[in-house]
Amino acid sequence: MSTRSWRLLALAGAVTVFAAGIGLQVARDRLYPREAPELEPLLYVRSGATLKRLALAFDALLSDVYWIRAIQHYGGDRLAGHQERKYRLLYPLLDLTTSLDPYFTIAYRFGAIFLSEAYPGGPGRPDQAVALLRKGIGAQPGKWQYYLDIGFVHYWHLQDYTAAAHWFQKAADQPGAPNWLRPLAASMLTVGGDRASARFLWQQLLQSDQEWLRRTAERRLLQIDALEAAARLTALAQRFPPPAGQPHTWEDLVRRGVLRGVPLDVTGAPFELDAGTGEARVSPRSALQPMPDVATRRLPS
Amino acid sequence: MRAVRSVALSVFRESVRDRVPYSLVLFAVLLIASSFLLGQLTAGQDVKIIKDLGLAATAVFGLFIATFIGIGLVSKEVERRSIYALLSKPVSRPQFILGKYAGLVLTLAVNVSVMTLALYAVLAWMTFTESPEFRAAWDAPGMDPALLKAIALVFVELMVVTAVALFFSTFSTPLLSAALTFGLYVVGHFNADLRNFDRIVDSTAAVWLARGAYHLVPDLSAFDVKLQIVHGIPVSAGYMLATAAYGACYIAALLLLSVVIFSRRDFK
Repeated sequence: MSTRSWRLLALAGAVTVFAAGIGLQVARDRLYPREAPELEPLLYVRSGATLKRLALAFDALLSDVYWIRAIQHYGGDRLAGHQERKYRLLYPLLDLTTSLDPYFTIAYRFGAIFLSEAYPGGPGRPDQAVALLRKGIGAQPGKWQYYLDIGFVHYWHLQDYTAAAHWFQKAADQPGAPNWLRPLAASMLTVGGDRASARFLWQQLLQSDQEWLRRTAERRLLQIDALEAAARLTALAQRFPPPAGQPHTWEDLVRRGVLRGVPLDVTGAPFELDAGTGEARVSPRSALQPMPDVATRRLPS
Repeated sequence: MRAVRSVALSVFRESVRDRVPYSLVLFAVLLIASSFLLGQLTAGQDVKIIKDLGLAATAVFGLFIATFIGIGLVSKEVERRSIYALLSKPVSRPQFILGKYAGLVLTLAVNVSVMTLALYAVLAWMTFTESPEFRAAWDAPGMDPALLKAIALVFVELMVVTAVALFFSTFSTPLLSAALTFGLYVVGHFNADLRNFDRIVDSTAAVWLARGAYHLVPDLSAFDVKLQIVHGIPVSAGYMLATAAYGACYIAALLLLSVVIFSRRDFK
């Protein structure tokens, strides 16, 4: 046998054996399915300072790895079953990301949104969101967006309007801050938690250069629209009460011509109507949940 | 000068024969594949991550080339006994050392240039495929010319590492040279801590010792401006010049030492 024929034969043999191996692998996986072990997410290094040293000149790249891990951890827990939503590593991962790259703006800003999101949509930890943003201010003291975001956490999640006004004022004092921040701080002190202020704030964030912030703002504006619609429906239901002894129902209002049909929110979910009080609410099954007025629910301890 | 050039070109040709350019293909594949995958994994930070990945890969590939070729520059000639034939030609020992160094730097220059072009090509593609609103969220433009500053300092750092590897190669075995070069690379990135040793230690002697080590070991962390560049934070021309000049001095010192050690070696 010539050398060329021998080589071809060997090559064909290698391909055949390899294909047989793949076939065996597929058959084995089908016949003996293996359960993927449930591995608890783990952080080997928790100290940002240590990790930065270990990273040598590759701290920026490592910060990207931790940022991707933070997003996957948040998304994974958010999409997981109710019992598994722990978000246990979210803050440590964001802390490591920003220790490795102190200028990683989106990690501070979007990380704060992740952290302050009410449970089960997030861990419901506005305190950690504020801590993360304060760390960002430590790295870039002139960045007005971080002050605005802290004010926002105080306003939206903690409903502390005095603290919110204080941080909006601080944001307004930074170089390059937009001129709408100062009147916002003033209105926060006078009118506090009215929906008009909330709408104004989210509309400002709708102009943000960050796509994810814009998407969050769009969702929040839809929630505010739904809350306002629920308030109008409540007023309507109470203005046209059912006959004495009968419960409040949409069908009754439709039958009497007050409404043309069962009212739906923008996601297509019907509003709920409290049979006793006639109060309209966004459905718990609506994609708009969790609504902001049930914010800051924490993880069950 | 002609002798230096001949030795340098032979080193370059040998690196091509050793399939070093394969690293370029790997680099391009890595970047292109990442640019497709990252959009699925990150929150609109793909350009930042591509820049980080491109700059880090340039540094890592360069580090491996500088170290693994650098450590064999002299010792391989001695092991193969080709040094006898070389030194019998009209090539002095200093010319031999300088030629070897210039050849490897030429190899690195070609590699870094091609990697830079590949990085800019991927960034151009990402820039032109994203909407203006999306691009507005980037800290720095996609095809930011300032990236060249980070790449320039990476290149100077690689030149320093090459000089370190060549220096060890003049008197040590390849394995030991590789360990020493990598060790010095790691220590070089911790170097800034030695400067501030007085903040944690009271002993004056220990502080002076640390200060001495700070000046002796190459200050490689100074060459790392990748983070600032990627975030659009300006790096002054003065800093670039001072750091590059520091690198040049360090390289010159190492080459001179290499020449001295190599001149004293007896090949009889």
